[in-house]
Amino acid sequence: MLKIIIRRCIQMVPTLLVVVTLTFFLTRMLPGDPALAILGPEAEADEIELLRQEMGLDRSLPEQYVSYIADVCKGDFGTSYSYHQPVLSLIISRIPNTLLLTLTALIFSLILGVGAGVLAATRQNTVIDYLISVIALLGVSMPVFWLGLMLILQFSVEMNLLPVMGMGSMEKGLWDVISHMILPGFVLAVIPMGTFARTTRSSMIDVLGSDSIRCLRARGIRESRVIWIHGLKNALPPIVTVFGLQLAGTFAGAIVTEGIFSWPGMGTVINTAINNRDYSLIQGAVLFIAISFVFCNMLVDVCYMLLNPKVDFENGGH
Amino acid sequence: MSEVLLKVENLKTYFYQASGVSKAVDGVSFSLNEGETMGIVGESGSGKSVTSSSIMRLLPARTGRIVDGTILFQDTDIRALNKKEILSFRGNDFAMIFQNPMTSLDPVFKVGRQMTEMILAHRKISKKEAWDIAVDALRQVGIPEPEKRMNAYPHELSGGMCQRVIIAMAVCSNPRLIIADEPTTALDVTVQAQVLELLRELQRKNGTSILLITHNLGVVWEMCDTVMVMYAGKTVEYAACRDLYANPLHPYTWGLLDSMPKLSSDSKKELAAIPGVPPDLRLTGTCCNFYNRCPYCTEQCKTSVPPLRELEPGHFVACHRQSDAERLERGGASDGK
Repeated sequence: MLKIIIRRCIQMVPTLLVVVTLTFFLTRMLPGDPALAILGPEAEADEIELLRQEMGLDRSLPEQYVSYIADVCKGDFGTSYSYHQPVLSLIISRIPNTLLLTLTALIFSLILGVGAGVLAATRQNTVIDYLISVIALLGVSMPVFWLGLMLILQFSVEMNLLPVMGMGSMEKGLWDVISHMILPGFVLAVIPMGTFARTTRSSMIDVLGSDSIRCLRARGIRESRVIWIHGLKNALPPIVTVFGLQLAGTFAGAIVTEGIFSWPGMGTVINTAINNRDYSLIQGAVLFIAISFVFCNMLVDVCYMLLNPKVDFENGGH
Repeated sequence: MSEVLLKVENLKTYFYQASGVSKAVDGVSFSLNEGETMGIVGESGSGKSVTSSSIMRLLPARTGRIVDGTILFQDTDIRALNKKEILSFRGNDFAMIFQNPMTSLDPVFKVGRQMTEMILAHRKISKKEAWDIAVDALRQVGIPEPEKRMNAYPHELSGGMCQRVIIAMAVCSNPRLIIADEPTTALDVTVQAQVLELLRELQRKNGTSILLITHNLGVVWEMCDTVMVMYAGKTVEYAACRDLYANPLHPYTWGLLDSMPKLSSDSKKELAAIPGVPPDLRLTGTCCNFYNRCPYCTEQCKTSVPPLRELEPGHFVACHRQSDAERLERGGASDGK
């Protein structure tokens, strides 16, 4: 197991190199000049030129690229000029906020989504099943930014129940943090919840119709055990795949949601970075998201091994 | 004669589907004595497996329903049991062996865990004791290194080995009835004989009754005391195994026996088959189900359902043309069949 994880980590390197290269060149293709963005439209031409030299922007692209890669290898991701602090420490300081929001949203959506999916599968073609399927479909197809704005309008502006934006602080009590999390958490959870419910439902229906489940019933095993232990464990592989995708997708989705609710996480950092042409910050943040994607994939593979005894990566897969 | 263990009378199990009501089992009667083996034969779709699922009450919840008849297990009316009571019967008094051993075990749990789970579902003992019982059962069914196999996943075992594990599970609870639904169909010919021999040995040792569902008439002849022939959801003939082979009475049974290829027959000759196809189970119930394929068919066969009559002691047959008043001769059809 450990050997496989180490091998996967080594395999991550080329993937990440491609990501670094792509983001480097794509950010350079953004219209606008960072020096101009920093100094403002009234800056003199020689001032701008000086700053460009300072930032190394006067050098050729390949030169900039090589020195950037060298810096990254040393763990130096540059300095963000919009936040005036090193990119790495900025990202590290913001990650916990994003993780708090996304993981809470994901865990809730996983529990509710899988629960609803199992319920729908065991009551296939009943009113409950149809109801869950319709709600799940609505959840999957709802545009996040629209839902966020509508919720703010209803619960914060009209009813004045929940805060409009920000994160709250523990100094004002736990409820302050929770109340700030409810709306963005819900918005982030809606899509994964629908996806989990739909995946679980179809996977469970397949499994519950299988021979092995019928045999378990024939052996006098209680129905609750048949469904929640045997059925669910057999149905898990597709759910885990979706979970991995959603985990990474929710990080990325947080960019929009955090923007709407001004949640001080990675999302707001990336928004600011793009608006200010903050090259090193954009690169650092995108690299971080890429790492989280690759890491989630590895996590999914490891879960596969734990769930399905037939998966054997040592000998070339299945 | 030993005591009657299982008595099924006029069992009717219907499937309610969007396209209509499918009469999968439509009047099946038989009884099985303690320590004996009964075979149920018939072609695919004749209701053999639905009969066994009905006895186990394992029908799909929303579509399948037992609509009539009685299933008596000694003095217990199986149809009257509630969900909890039937659970204590399944895997305890009844054990079931299914057709495909490779898919009969849960692929994501180890063999030992599945065996102990089943034992613990029926007995209040410690996990350790359950484990020992399971190891012992594996040894009884002839699995080498049973302790090691307990830690194997089903995919690490061969088909024959899986079937032995499933039989071992059946042995654990020392059931009084084993329902074996085509236990050898998915296995190698050489392994088939071993599995059947194993079943027979367990029966001798424990006095278990076996309900053997198969379409292999050779297996029936080897294993069974009595045989029931089913066609389109109905019992068409039911007799002691010896009687059925010596003196079959129903034209369908004749067809089945004729369809068996014999080693002595000319290899260039075409295999005998019963012409035609079985009826649509949604449309049966008003005539003899076999009339469209029967060379002895009369007008009466097309308009009324033949009752199951005991023509000779213990030999039942459902055919209008086999009664005390009239007897058909095998091979006496006018079309020269």
